Amino acid sequence: MIPDASTTPGGWLLPLAILMPFVGVLAGLALGGRHARSVAMLTIAAGLAAAIAIASAALRMGDSLVYVLGGWSPPLGIALRADGIAVAMIVAVAVVITGIGIYARTDFATPRGVGEARAPMLYWMLLLAVWGSLNLVFVSGDLFTLYVALELLTFAGVPLVCLDGKGETLRAALRYLVYALAGSVLYLLGVVLLYAQYGTLDIALLAPRVSPGAATWTAMAMMTAGLLAKTALFPLHLWLPPAHAGAPPAASAVLSALVVKGSFFIVIRLWLDVAPGLVGLPAAQLLAGLGAAAILFGSVIALRQARLKLLIAYSTLAQIGYLFIMFPLAFDGATGMFVHGDALNAGILQAISHATAKAAMFMAAGLVYKSCGHDRIADLAGIARASPLTVLTFVFGGVALMGVLPSGAYLAKKLLLAAADGSGQWWWESVLVTGGLLTTSYVVLVAAQMLRRPAADAPPRASVPRPQELAALALALCSLALGLTAVFGPVPSSFLGNPLAPKELGATLMTIAGGTVLALLFASPLPPLPAALSAVASRSRRVTLPLGAVLEGIDALLRRWAVAGVSLLLVALAFGLLMHGDV
Amino acid sequence: MIVTGATLFGLVAAGLIGVGLYGLIVNPQPLRKILAFNVIGSGVFLLFGVVARRGAALGLGGDPVPQALLITGIVVAFSATALAVTVLLRLFEETGSTTLASDAPAVASEPVVDAGTGTAALPTRGG
Repeated sequence: MIPDASTTPGGWLLPLAILMPFVGVLAGLALGGRHARSVAMLTIAAGLAAAIAIASAALRMGDSLVYVLGGWSPPLGIALRADGIAVAMIVAVAVVITGIGIYARTDFATPRGVGEARAPMLYWMLLLAVWGSLNLVFVSGDLFTLYVALELLTFAGVPLVCLDGKGETLRAALRYLVYALAGSVLYLLGVVLLYAQYGTLDIALLAPRVSPGAATWTAMAMMTAGLLAKTALFPLHLWLPPAHAGAPPAASAVLSALVVKGSFFIVIRLWLDVAPGLVGLPAAQLLAGLGAAAILFGSVIALRQARLKLLIAYSTLAQIGYLFIMFPLAFDGATGMFVHGDALNAGILQAISHATAKAAMFMAAGLVYKSCGHDRIADLAGIARASPLTVLTFVFGGVALMGVLPSGAYLAKKLLLAAADGSGQWWWESVLVTGGLLTTSYVVLVAAQMLRRPAADAPPRASVPRPQELAALALALCSLALGLTAVFGPVPSSFLGNPLAPKELGATLMTIAGGTVLALLFASPLPPLPAALSAVASRSRRVTLPLGAVLEGIDALLRRWAVAGVSLLLVALAFGLLMHGDV
Repeated sequence: MIVTGATLFGLVAAGLIGVGLYGLIVNPQPLRKILAFNVIGSGVFLLFGVVARRGAALGLGGDPVPQALLITGIVVAFSATALAVTVLLRLFEETGSTTLASDAPAVASEPVVDAGTGTAALPTRGG
């Protein structure tokens, strides 16, 4: 089956969505530092409009948008395709970039009386470059174009880490870059092997041609491992905590919410579109198994962090794990293929709700830093009075991640639970439920510290700019209301219930109670507790605290360079063997 | 087994990739890691060249598509190396060492622009 490779109505919007941010970058460079922010703001407005236009064109068409570059159809030319998941991601990224852009206006203004300041200039250019690269990732119909997009994304993301030019962040950036390069060279090797086999890299042409064989499995395994290194899925996460925690808040939001989703999206393309019938269920179980390990390690270590930004960075590690649970659930046992369906929709929904919520949480952390002058979790008392909107943002973002009605994460969890139930994979149901509790635990911990009454001699908290608060709050609300998309989307609205119905309310309360217990068991240090509670907790903590320390020790070991390098190869090897063993 | 040119080049490519991966993982020096990345890259590009030669079924001297992709790949690898070396040099200037090992993750840093001046200098004209 050769898919039609001709430009559809509205197809011209796709190159526009890619080119506009890059035109913005060039214009910003040409006009110089003082104008970079204005150029970025104009580009963001135009890009948001383009994203909405793409969505409405796709809805009108009821099918994928296609644009054939220069009229040359594949395999010689390159086609851009935007299917449902691509359109959803384009719109989500545009919304998140808009929110981050409004927030960063204050942090990255060129100071008065200065012709050009390095950090603001770079920030705006890199923000636009990340956006353009992501749009390219979403609409590329060609594995090599995806490679170029992936590299662009890394090149735009790495300097965001070290915008402040300090030694510690430069080191984090270099770790990120070198490890990401190892991942991308593995991906490229896989691309070469696929071309050698099938003579094309166009996904639509490749899909009907791929056949089982050692070279194909090797290619798929290496590409998957390389992409996981760029996504920072456990145990390939050595670069993530220092990079995401060290960057300025407006940059952390971009890195944590958006950049890691690019390589995640390519894994979906690879497994569901290029070779849906080849990778098999065992490999998917391994992928989701790594995700489950990421949830456990990321959440428990998040509970042991002293600083808010590191806690949020480890939470990202856990949430990345969550994204990969969908793979075994997208497997259709009857046909032996991975299919586009509810599980995939849930994965994309999860990615979007994490993008919005995590951006909001990093922005809130930045505001906390501004208000308190530090981000030590133990000393956050009084922030709730000084800037209640910031606390509200953090809590809303956290609640959205916990998966409480009507958040996107709630709907995603419901869909995944239904899929797990339908395919008899009960163990993923328990991972999903436990993951929700673990997420709740660190949200509750931080919220409890934020809401504490300050000591009488506590230093005063500064107030923070209102536009920044509102931008962060808006993104948190987006995530919280994302579940309502079920009303319009392909998801049956029966998944949504009344949040105040006894069953839902009970589930919510159970989640919060369970999360609180986990926080009491694993958090280090604990907020001050009533004496009776403290006595009970300290007895149990004699067991759980060493357990947390062991997990932290394993994490530190895995984040050493040599171990992480060997892990990368072992993960590739394991995927290769599992794919091979399946046939 | 008859060793053809393509097989020989393929084996050399595999060897380069292996040596590069070893260097990337084992060598603690970032500059050597960057060089090792380039060695792997050379192996991959060589493999791509061999593929182009093998795929010349239409009576052409070689399949032109891999060659076009190859050039792009080299440009990307070159940019990656340039970026990595730049960050490495800055790291050396800032800290006087080039080690990548840091057991304690970076602490949250201050926002780049001072909050006070950032808000004070908010010219809203132009967007």
